[in-house]
Amino acid sequence: MKKILALALSAILLVGLLAACAPKEAEKVSTDGSTSMEKLMEILREVYKEETGVEVTYNPTGSGAGIEAVQSGRCDIGLASRDLKPEEEESGLQGTVVAIDGIAVVVNPENPVSDLTVEQIAKLYTGEITNWSEVGGNDAPVVLIGREAASGTRDGFESITGTEDACKYNQELTSTGDVIATVAGNPNAIGYASLSAVDEKIKAISVNGVAPSNETVQNGTYAVQRNFVLVTKADGSLSEAAQKFFEFATSAAADEYILQAGAVPVIR
Amino acid sequence: MQKKTGIFAWVERVMRGLFLVCGLAAIGFVLFITGYLIAAGLPAIREIGLIPFLTGSVWASTAAEPQYGILPFILTSVYGTFGAIVIGVPVGLLTAIFLGKMAPPKVRGLLRPAVDLLAGIPSVVYGLVGMMVLVPFVREAFGLPDGANLFSAIIVLAVMILPTVISVSETALQAVPREYEEASLALGATKIETVFKVTVPAASSGIATAVVMGIGRAVGEAMAIMMVSGNVANMPGLFTSVRFLTTAVASEMSYSSGLQRQALFSIALVLFGFIMVINLVLNALLKKNRK
Repeated sequence: MKKILALALSAILLVGLLAACAPKEAEKVSTDGSTSMEKLMEILREVYKEETGVEVTYNPTGSGAGIEAVQSGRCDIGLASRDLKPEEEESGLQGTVVAIDGIAVVVNPENPVSDLTVEQIAKLYTGEITNWSEVGGNDAPVVLIGREAASGTRDGFESITGTEDACKYNQELTSTGDVIATVAGNPNAIGYASLSAVDEKIKAISVNGVAPSNETVQNGTYAVQRNFVLVTKADGSLSEAAQKFFEFATSAAADEYILQAGAVPVIR
Repeated sequence: MQKKTGIFAWVERVMRGLFLVCGLAAIGFVLFITGYLIAAGLPAIREIGLIPFLTGSVWASTAAEPQYGILPFILTSVYGTFGAIVIGVPVGLLTAIFLGKMAPPKVRGLLRPAVDLLAGIPSVVYGLVGMMVLVPFVREAFGLPDGANLFSAIIVLAVMILPTVISVSETALQAVPREYEEASLALGATKIETVFKVTVPAASSGIATAVVMGIGRAVGEAMAIMMVSGNVANMPGLFTSVRFLTTAVASEMSYSSGLQRQALFSIALVLFGFIMVINLVLNALLKKNRK
């Protein structure tokens, strides 16, 4: 009896293997890269699946990893929260801006500071200012939270504040979500994350007196912003399914979803 | 009769062949990994230079002028493992003594499954609990700006090696012949004296094995400590944000290219070297144990 039961269970499990054999019509589009673009990709994927039934996968590995993935052919479309560098374009990739995103400079809700200039932010991150009292906060040490070296968010933040290779981080985390969780858990922490990911756990401060919002990002008055870019191979070897998704994401129809995700559509 | 023997002999041969293939496959995997690591790790070492690589104290792989010194990682892994052993081994050994020699059966029935459960928890869960509970606690308790540092990583590693140390030590303690303990008790020693002066020294090579296995687990851990150690390539200090050999590879591998990627393979080769040395020591100890 036991033997028969064991054999039957094994047979049922083996049938489960067949679940991977999806029917031909369910084509897949694979995207890989920026963790900042998570909300945007969630909404676009859901809408696209409803409209066309095609499944789009999203792998949050970071902008640099996404660019590397599309270069080596591991995914159809790479996602980067920064523009491509010249050497990346030379190696056969092209970037298409799909949205503009503000980088929110975030602090813990308990922190009384709510406005900083770009110079102050740069000084905080290079270690010139080490105590919150110097910028109008409590008498407490500044804890600098940042992203790993290949992050598009870090690249955008460091190039706008002029602090490339000079930031003295206390922690280098690997995703937008991690940064938000860490800043939310430490009253003296300051970090940077995609504006679309900011929630009630943390406080986004104004930069140069301008609070981050869709309008200020679109009209350029909020200084800390960067592009969300879809990265594809320049030789046009995109699969048909991926090409259709690409066109959907860059069309005017996607604008309302981009707004829903907290990013800003490109001015057409 | 003749036919039956013939078939059995044939089945014998086939099964023997199958076992040989499985054994060769196992050896094959190890040889392949060793060979691949050496082949992938040597080019960067050749380009950077063995001494600058191993003793350089600045790791800046993505800077405009990259530098590839892995001394911070080596020292961090060494200190971290040492710290984990210093905390984990005494706690583990004393737990093993308690489990094996002194616990009443009911407590033993509760404690042993608890230790086994501890062994089964995935490292990511340790990392998550560490990040959510340990890091804020360390921050408050020591009045630091940030709790993600070498100290938190050591605590997490110590907890992770506990099950290994406990079960191997317990086995070693059980293997001590009862005559030794009975002789000691007959001579008038108390139970505690017997345990610490007779049983533990008699089981010392087994306990050494437990320590080496704990070291092996601690050196190889990446996921759990990545979330609690801060991940900045500093020279190690107890309360500074640090990066281990393992986390250095894990955090940069996905996006690296060119010399940076080759340097990561070289780090993996150095790590592999550490593990090989640890395994050789373990084998030497086991041989001594069997004598």
